[in-house]
Amino acid sequence: MARRYDSHTTIFSPEGRLYQVEYAMEAISNAGSCVGILAKDGVVLAAEKRITSKLLDTQAVGVRREKMYRLDDHIACAVAGITADANILINNCRLQAQRYLFVYQEPMPVDQLVRGLCDTKQGYTQYGGLRPFGVSLLYAGWDKHRGFQLYQSDPSGNYGGWKATAIGANHQAATNVLQGDFKEELSLEEAIKLVVKVLSKTMDSTTLSPEKVELCTLSRDEATGKIAYRVYESSELKPVLDAVNDDMTKEKEKEK
Amino acid sequence: MDFLCGLRGKDFVMVCSDTSAVQSVVTMKQDEDKLVPVDSHKLFALSGEAGDRVNFSEYIIANVRLYALRNDAKLSTKAVANFTRNELATALRKSPYSTNLLMAGYDDGEGGGPSLYWCDYLATLHHMNICGTGYGSYFVLSMFDKLWHPNVTEAEAFEMMRKGVEEVKSRLVVAPPKYLVKVIDSKGIRTLGEL
Repeated sequence: MARRYDSHTTIFSPEGRLYQVEYAMEAISNAGSCVGILAKDGVVLAAEKRITSKLLDTQAVGVRREKMYRLDDHIACAVAGITADANILINNCRLQAQRYLFVYQEPMPVDQLVRGLCDTKQGYTQYGGLRPFGVSLLYAGWDKHRGFQLYQSDPSGNYGGWKATAIGANHQAATNVLQGDFKEELSLEEAIKLVVKVLSKTMDSTTLSPEKVELCTLSRDEATGKIAYRVYESSELKPVLDAVNDDMTKEKEKEK
Repeated sequence: MDFLCGLRGKDFVMVCSDTSAVQSVVTMKQDEDKLVPVDSHKLFALSGEAGDRVNFSEYIIANVRLYALRNDAKLSTKAVANFTRNELATALRKSPYSTNLLMAGYDDGEGGGPSLYWCDYLATLHHMNICGTGYGSYFVLSMFDKLWHPNVTEAEAFEMMRKGVEEVKSRLVVAPPKYLVKVIDSKGIRTLGEL
């Protein structure tokens, strides 16, 4: 009779669990991982690209940027999970952000955008006939109230603010590395190095290459107050990855 | 006839309104406060149809408070002004409010300071240094144009208000008899006195 509780998201199991929501979280544990770190002068997000084939048109829409999305001038996100579900949520976020701008003529505070989206996600775990979104997100943003911020949300609609966090495959391992290596008051440069290092430890392959990694940063020009969202191109990414690869091999040699 | 005016100094914003409640050709009372606080550092100066004026301002103020509760953050003066304009504009083609208003506020933090907005019942919004509504503003605006400067002090500003009201009282056929002046600075809203 277990199916009675599996097939309806709205029904608790006798043990007080919502299986569909748990399955959605499980689905994300198999998706390519994303790591985010909050630095003192910016936020960095990195993600693992799973689809690598030499036949792939790397410049095509949806392939060039697999997991990084810009939600507004001052907010970006990285997704882990079902990309098709993510597209719906991204659209929802962008709409919310522009609606806020339309009403108040001011950019939407980051926490409000996250909360707004999590309300939608929660709704899909409660109302009948709907499947939860199989997506976790990392949000990087800046607003005048709280400066740079990093949030994470899961399919249940839970969310939280983090100094450094990871979602997707091996997120537990990534979190452990972060807990060991994270320092307060990291600069953006240091954070980029750390984020790549963490990603390399969660990925199956031993060496990182630009085809397998996506990286973006959010920073702010103090003079103009403009928020810069920068996605690293392969050529920019290569030196960063090479440096980390070198460090990793040196570490391994030491261990020997 | 309704009269509002306001001016912005370096670290304060001052507004003045008449205190008459008028119904048709009858004055109902002389102690109506049309300078309504929105939160600790913002206020609306309102004119127009009495019912619309109260209803609309209460609606906006309730929404601003709701926002503060939900988000644990205050809206800036600019955000409230644009929200108000948006609501007026949306209502304009459905069931319009006949309300003109000035919005005065003082914001903390980066990019803060005093600000003054002018909005009419057709949802035109302007960020202003000096502004006014009603017949009285025809006399006051030209006077403020001459007297206002960016570093105007609070005492100077109050004197400008006094001169302006004096002119309205002496020249305007339908001049209200009593006026109220309030000021907002970093410490909040204060009543400066009656004219």
